[in-house]
Amino acid sequence: MSRTLLSRRGLIVSGTALGGLWLAGCDRLSQAPEAAKFLDRDDQLNMSAQRLLLAGQPLAREFKTSEISRVFKANGSIAPQDPAYLALVQSRFANWALTVTGLVQRPLALSLAQLRALPARTQTTRHDCVEGWSAIGQWTGPQLSGLLRTAGLQPHARYVVFHCADTLGDSRYYESIDLFDAFHPQTILAHTMNGQPLAVAHGAPIRLRVERQLGYKQAKYVMGIEVTNSLDHIEGGGGGYWEDRGYEWYAGI
Amino acid sequence: MSDAVLRTNGATGSQPHAEVIYRHTVVVRVTHWINVVCLTLLLLSGLQIFCAHPMLYWGQKGDEYDRPFVSIDADDWRKEHPEGVTRIGPLTFRTTGVLGVSDGEVRAYPRWLTLPANRDLATGRRWHFFTAWIFVINGLVYLLSNTLNGHFKRDLAPTRKQLQPRHIWMDIVDHVKLKHPVGEAAKHYNVLQKFAYLGVILLIVLMVLTGLTMSPGVDAAVPWLLNLFGGRQSARTVHWICANLIVLFVLVHVAEVFLAGVVNEVGSMITGRYRIKTGDGH
Repeated sequence: MSRTLLSRRGLIVSGTALGGLWLAGCDRLSQAPEAAKFLDRDDQLNMSAQRLLLAGQPLAREFKTSEISRVFKANGSIAPQDPAYLALVQSRFANWALTVTGLVQRPLALSLAQLRALPARTQTTRHDCVEGWSAIGQWTGPQLSGLLRTAGLQPHARYVVFHCADTLGDSRYYESIDLFDAFHPQTILAHTMNGQPLAVAHGAPIRLRVERQLGYKQAKYVMGIEVTNSLDHIEGGGGGYWEDRGYEWYAGI
Repeated sequence: MSDAVLRTNGATGSQPHAEVIYRHTVVVRVTHWINVVCLTLLLLSGLQIFCAHPMLYWGQKGDEYDRPFVSIDADDWRKEHPEGVTRIGPLTFRTTGVLGVSDGEVRAYPRWLTLPANRDLATGRRWHFFTAWIFVINGLVYLLSNTLNGHFKRDLAPTRKQLQPRHIWMDIVDHVKLKHPVGEAAKHYNVLQKFAYLGVILLIVLMVLTGLTMSPGVDAAVPWLLNLFGGRQSARTVHWICANLIVLFVLVHVAEVFLAGVVNEVGSMITGRYRIKTGDGH
């Protein structure tokens, strides 16, 4: 009896020790670049599965205006200190222009007034942060598809990159989406939030809304749109500020 | 097989009345151990993800401006030595050292319960989703093969007799007395065991569905799933509750394995063969 007890205790102790060792191994493993590369395959799996589900381009749920969050949490950059941006705020974005460049037939430069004059879509949607919280807001702005059609895409265009005015930590914020999401009806450049001009904390003068992806894809302070066929040459090559820091490029989950 | 049975029979070492049955198919055994690995990784990476926003709400939306249903946080971030405070509904617990604040750091779960140990949401998510894919494929193999081969109907569905209140009551009494079945009775799962196994399968299905409901992409494709759980934040809360219940299942499951005889029980999940003591003493 005592012998069995001892062996049981031995089993528990060695089992726990083995488990601990194994988990410490997992911890170390995630720091090794090769292993990280392997784990990173979740991105392609998630994206392929969701693209199958989203083949019919369904819309993200739109809510009643009564469901709008009383306070919409402002996250990430909320008051950029970049001198060029501060100057724009000072002049109420009078000298601001959104450029559309890269693999397009006709590069564009639109003032805020021109952008506001374009046909706009209004949508009340839920914003899901990668951290786990959600807030509901109403967004108004022109569809990205309209701008891209006006500019005219070149045949080998694949991605739309958003260059932003804010510096987070040591580098400039940027984001990118592919044409599947770029031409979705709910993908808009919002200049109005809850019926008011977009506040600085939320990305004035315009922020991207890609409603079927997480918060970090909703780039704020958008200054320039660049159409490309590869993301490799931009910043860290991950296709976005947070992507360069380990987050998935496809943020549908 | 329990030591209690061994003792009542006065058997010492040799087992004159032992019978060996083939208890677990190869699919059950392989999927079981893959589950052990996956659930461990999913739990620890899940707790890492939870740390990024250690609050839970009901409904569609929820952030610092809303009233959480659960929070595992510091009492005051600005204090030099904040206290860990866990709130569940109206209840408040001081949990410094384990929950809310541990290792001198404000973090919902302690280092030894998160993967990776450091606060690292990006890597936690990679582990969680990568493992979830293996876990879901493994689960589908288990569900499909055991539906087709009749395992669920034959071994897991409670019989009419087992569902009688009197029978269930007797089974509860047996469990409380730590009395384990012998002979013919040991060849089949008892009714509480069946409830537990079917229950944990249901929990795992709920776990996967609430996990998917947290995805804005899946919500656009399958909006009814979101309605089922009453919103994204509700789904996140149910996901957390199910995780806790699965941990509870595993604790009871492992305790029962030890009570019933760890070598025979674990051995049967490796080789498939299970030793049964014929019930002379009972």
